Amino acid sequence: MNYWSWERFSDALPYVLSGLGTTVMVTLSSFLFALLFGLVWTFLRRIPNRGFNWTITWIMEFIRSTPPLVQLFFIYYAWPVIPVVGMTLSPFASAVIGLGVHFSTYIGEIYRSGIESVGQGQWEAAKALNFSLIDKWRRIILPQAFPPTVPMLGNYFIIMFKEVPLASTIGVTGILHMANSFGSQHFNLIEALTIVGIIFLALSYPSAYLIKKLELKLNNRY
Amino acid sequence: MSEPIVQYKDVHKSFGDVKVLKGIDLDIHPAEKVAVIGPSGSGKTTIIRMLMTLEEPTSGDIIVDGTNLWKMEKNGAMVDANEKHLRQVRGDIGMVFQHFNLFPHMTILENCMTAPINVKGEDKKEVEQRSMEMLERVGLGDKFDNYPSQLSGGQKQRVAMARALVMRPKVMLFDEVTSALDPELVGEVLEVIRDIAKNDDMAMVLVTHEMDFALDIADKVLFLDEGVIAEQGSAADVIEHSENPRLREFLSRFRN
Ligand SMILES: Nc1ncnc2c1ncn2[C@@H]1O[C@H](COP(=O)(O)OP(=O)(O)OP(=O)(O)O)[C@@H](O)[C@H]1O
Ligand SMILES: [Mg+2]
Repeated sequence: MNYWSWERFSDALPYVLSGLGTTVMVTLSSFLFALLFGLVWTFLRRIPNRGFNWTITWIMEFIRSTPPLVQLFFIYYAWPVIPVVGMTLSPFASAVIGLGVHFSTYIGEIYRSGIESVGQGQWEAAKALNFSLIDKWRRIILPQAFPPTVPMLGNYFIIMFKEVPLASTIGVTGILHMANSFGSQHFNLIEALTIVGIIFLALSYPSAYLIKKLELKLNNRY
Repeated sequence: MSEPIVQYKDVHKSFGDVKVLKGIDLDIHPAEKVAVIGPSGSGKTTIIRMLMTLEEPTSGDIIVDGTNLWKMEKNGAMVDANEKHLRQVRGDIGMVFQHFNLFPHMTILENCMTAPINVKGEDKKEVEQRSMEMLERVGLGDKFDNYPSQLSGGQKQRVAMARALVMRPKVMLFDEVTSALDPELVGEVLEVIRDIAKNDDMAMVLVTHEMDFALDIADKVLFLDEGVIAEQGSAADVIEHSENPRLREFLSRFRN
């Protein structure tokens, strides 16, 4: 019995790679979803009502402390059978919503820390110069709040990328799913899984590098 | 005498249970230069922050150019002002802060230009020219392209003054604008204020511990003590002739 065969490796390579597009799409879509939904949390938490604020904080905490895998299962298997609000979603949509919502709670927290990093004096200067609410955010607060969040957002992007294989459990045909299916056809998973590992390394590492570059660029602007 | 540009009418301010201002009555006339002096914690900053709408009075009225700042009429009754009303009235007021509060992500020229363009909708070319003139005036024309982080404290504060001046306020507020500066940089900032006081016809309210300077340029001096205006009058009246023992004691600390 040979545990490793280069022949099987080269057979597995194109097979596993055929799932790469899906994996990348799930990652990018979920992250975009999380970036946008994070804004919703941030906005909701700024509404000055103690009870409301407490409720939102508690919901975020709940989403964050529940495993993403459970959330995926819930959205894909349980959601459709709930009366009235329930609906059936494709594996892809379930994965994007599940991972997106889960990570949006972290990202909302990052946005908040970015906004809090803008000093009180900036808000006061914006008021003294009579900026409108929208211009205050657009020209004064956000341009200062955003750059410090980039490294943290980047970290979550990579963390999230590494959680995307969870989606294979609900049938999203990404690289892990392809590797699994190759493995069960050939009664050996080693080569296919090795390829999956290499792909993750090959993508995470340059991403981290690019994020670092972007961070430096943003930090050295002024 | 002309109508006051700003009137405080029995203005009170508390933070929680702490009564900070206990009935302020004050008229500020167009072009008048008012110096506010008094011990730490007497409420000097709070007085001008209410005019800049950074703090809301607990009771009383502040009238700016005939309009009630913190209240507006709605269906025949006076109600709390909304942001739209505040924005309308606030446009007459400008402020320079102790810690400059320049926008770090903009060059100093952009710091000067952003509000006239984006708040008042003025013509960009015209604003740019006016901003450059103002930067020249505060002695920083050659630095227009620098970011605030590249300037000294004194230079930052001069930019902050140019930024406020470009908005052409009717009343300009200064809250201890030299007290965060190294001693050797105080002079250059005071010179700019002196120049503005001499040549501009807007009203100015200066909260300051620079006693000699304040008395030199002020038309009117207020001595604030424990939340009330304990003395007010011309510099000579307040400084030379007042019998108020608290004021005498306060001044003696600056006279040695
Ligand atoms: N936002 C606030 N919350 C609570 N208390 C405040 C607040 N702002 C000011 N105070 C209190 O109000 C009082 C007056 O403050 P204010 O800053 O107006 O004094 P000041 O005369 O400017 O003093 P200083 O010379 O030290 O600047 C102080 O006791 C201060 O602690
Ligand atoms: Mg003060």
